Amino acid sequence: MSAYVPNTRSDREHMLDVIGAASLDELYRDIPAGLRLKGDLTLGKPLSEAELYRELGAIAEKNTGAERLVCFLGAGAYDRLIPSAIKYLTSRSEFYTAYTPYQPEISQGTLQAIFEFQTMIASLTGMDAANASMYDGASACAEAVLTAVRHTGRRAVLVSRAVHPETREVIETYARAGGIALSDIPLKDGVTDAAALSSLLSDDTACVVAQSPNFFGLIEDISALEGPTHARKALLVACVTDPLSLAVLESPGRQGADIAVGEGQSFGTALNYGGPYLGFMAAKAPLMRKLPGRMVGQTLDLEGRRAFTLTLQTREQHIRREKATSNICSNQGLNALTAAIYLSLLGGEGLREAAEQSMKKARYLQKRLERIGIKPLFDGPFFDEFAVKLPADAREANEMLLRNGILGGYPLADALPGAGYPADDRAALFCVTEKRTKEEMDRLVSLLAERKGAGK
Amino acid sequence: MSRHYDKLIFELSSEGKTGYRLPASGIEDEGPYGIPEKLLRTEAPLLPQVSEPEAVRHYTRLSRENYGLDGGMYPLGSCTMKYNPKFNEDAAAMPAFSGLHPYLPEAAAQGALRIMYELDRMLSEITGMAKFSLQPAAGAQGELAGLMIFKAWHESRGEGRRRRIIVPDSSHGTNPASAAEAGFEVVQIASAKDGTVDKAALGAALNEDVAGLMLTNPNTLGLFERDILRIAEMVHGAGGLLYYDGANMNAIMGVARPGDMGFDVIHLNMHKTFSTPHGGGGPGAGPLGVREDLIRFLPRPTVAKRGDVYGLDFGGAESIGRLKSFYGNFGVLLKAWCYIKMLGAEGLKEASQNAVLNANYIKESLKGLYKLPYDRPCMHEFVFDGLASGAPGVKTLDVAKRLIDLGFHPPTVYFPLIVENALMIEPTETESLADLDAFIAAMERIAREATAAPELLKEAPQSAPVRRVDELRAAKSPVLKWTEDEE
Repeated sequence: MSAYVPNTRSDREHMLDVIGAASLDELYRDIPAGLRLKGDLTLGKPLSEAELYRELGAIAEKNTGAERLVCFLGAGAYDRLIPSAIKYLTSRSEFYTAYTPYQPEISQGTLQAIFEFQTMIASLTGMDAANASMYDGASACAEAVLTAVRHTGRRAVLVSRAVHPETREVIETYARAGGIALSDIPLKDGVTDAAALSSLLSDDTACVVAQSPNFFGLIEDISALEGPTHARKALLVACVTDPLSLAVLESPGRQGADIAVGEGQSFGTALNYGGPYLGFMAAKAPLMRKLPGRMVGQTLDLEGRRAFTLTLQTREQHIRREKATSNICSNQGLNALTAAIYLSLLGGEGLREAAEQSMKKARYLQKRLERIGIKPLFDGPFFDEFAVKLPADAREANEMLLRNGILGGYPLADALPGAGYPADDRAALFCVTEKRTKEEMDRLVSLLAERKGAGK
Repeated sequence: MSRHYDKLIFELSSEGKTGYRLPASGIEDEGPYGIPEKLLRTEAPLLPQVSEPEAVRHYTRLSRENYGLDGGMYPLGSCTMKYNPKFNEDAAAMPAFSGLHPYLPEAAAQGALRIMYELDRMLSEITGMAKFSLQPAAGAQGELAGLMIFKAWHESRGEGRRRRIIVPDSSHGTNPASAAEAGFEVVQIASAKDGTVDKAALGAALNEDVAGLMLTNPNTLGLFERDILRIAEMVHGAGGLLYYDGANMNAIMGVARPGDMGFDVIHLNMHKTFSTPHGGGGPGAGPLGVREDLIRFLPRPTVAKRGDVYGLDFGGAESIGRLKSFYGNFGVLLKAWCYIKMLGAEGLKEASQNAVLNANYIKESLKGLYKLPYDRPCMHEFVFDGLASGAPGVKTLDVAKRLIDLGFHPPTVYFPLIVENALMIEPTETESLADLDAFIAAMERIAREATAAPELLKEAPQSAPVRRVDELRAAKSPVLKWTEDEE
């Protein structure tokens, strides 16, 4: 008997009596005999908590202490400071064991927290409205493309080559299914070539997708893409892989984007080996009723008090079925709550401080690397990630760093094969968050200098 | 639940406060950041300035306005709100897992990769499928991926003309929505009188334009499709594929397997059947399983084992591609792995059997007072069609809201769409007999009140933090964010 099933043998007998069935098996009489499993599944014996804890501990050790590595790896997942209070609040079972807030009278906690999240995301992105969350940044971007296709009735999409390669892959997956044609916008000096955009746009272009800071860490001038895009009545989709940057960088909304999407992992969610993370989506007012996913709206209760509820549900699958704006149902509610708490704790000033420290430290490392001859790949302004050319193969350098307790930069040659990046085996993308210290950076520099001094 | 707390975090804000202090940077100022003025933010974001105790109290107060599963029964049909074991939360919070960067070299993430590999094998065994991809972030994304596989398979056979997906009118809304998003045309067929698939209607809909059929089995009425083998034969005979929406898998673990019924592609919801918490609307995880010859189409990456080494397998050219960044909602998958390890084969079967027992017990106890449109042994859930004796002006919604006053989360209402006044009840196996009896007593009381004191239903809830919420007003003139002038 597992610890999670309260029924005793006598409970079961009583219940079968009430039902008028002789046995549990009889309840399954609608399942044809030929389909009923004869033996047990091959899954092993049930384990107690204590036994499972031992087994899991042994498996965890195979991760070789990777969580203790000093992390200079970013590329879409960021090792940032996480305030302790978040864990205690998101661990309140009233939050994490609740369902999607379909019954507003007993879900005001979730609903109001999501309303606060929507407010924060809309403000950070400079948009009129945000939804309650998406699965992650990459799928949010793909859904933004579908939204643009639906809104414009056009079927061609232009994607900057500096969009995260995994985001690009996800857009491709969704586009293939939707019969949408993707084309590249080439790069110039590591950023989207705005001059090339005009000739690529056509009357069939539904949207232009660009990312800032882009995959190479460079800050893109989204506003330079706005003119040509809107001249063709296409939509501009801005993707933000690290929204901490929005504390200091101009918002996509003010830069003329129609839809802003992104990955909110930076806002208090742990690395989690890639998930669960937090997709977000926000848009200008004309697109509000076309957005996918859940949205929380403010209203009144019977006594005229302010209350919150899921709203604009006629966009959604449970009402509109095949005519819905998306099939999305469960999203990342608890991660959205996490982000709301993170942003509340840091506040505007704390967020700016975290962003500025990240920038300051990233520049410190970049300059120290340059002093030992490790030059940046691009000259453009960056946020807290930058690409460099190492003296030797980046993967080999990373192996050396790993032996010294450091998680090195992302080897750019690992990006999509054939994606046309100007990267070679020596190119690596380093990330420095506010969590890194001067000592950690100095150590990284001296290890790379030693290696260089040793000839390789 | 406590009294209504009426403050937004923004309304608590005062200049000069902070809820988190960053360490000093430890770096000398080395001059400007080198970012052109036009790329810098011109307007400060609207974020609150509050101290940590204020933030903690605010969100704690909000949490107390929520009904959670730990606080009481959540008989939401099709949602499988079963107890979320606490050990699983501890496991996912272990720094050795939660602290892993997704781009770690595989050699440094062997533990995490092993968990994923083993979960794939365990889910395959439970469902009778050949292999799972753990990529989909939720059930709906699993459906979408599954339908992309339908399309890829047909195209690989030169049958790309198959553009139609058949769904029963009792199906979940995500089914037709996913089919449309995958680029298919949706053909809805009416259910037979007994609530199951109408084989004549199915036969009439099947033709050489059909890519496949999406089914939930047991279906959303909680009824097992007795003729599933015949249905599979019909679909396969017409050149189509059969999709299994795993939302209702909790009825049949260790009892029967979708793979043996003829299903070709299936998704499971970790946040339903496999006990991971719903989080107030996610995160979930919706692994996608396929039969042997469809493995090559699975979303990438999957996890492979070569000798004793686990590694990511990015598949070949026929993979439908990537659905999200990285490898799936790993933290959720880890909890599901723990659940299966903890229960083992016998525990999973016991869970399903008791889920079915509990549902039948409620159904039989209440069927005189509530209309039971399909009077058969149900699986893990069943559907009432409102009150048996008409109470003028009392709606299913009123019954649901009155349950709130009596301490219960309401069942799923007005779904499936083929039952006009649907109350869809799924107790799950983790409710005690005492709680089931309390729920039955509450439903009996409501049935009596419906005629004796209908205003109690119409004006419910009265004991919740807020009274009935005006959803129409919210949709008519949407207010989707807080603005300063409101204060």
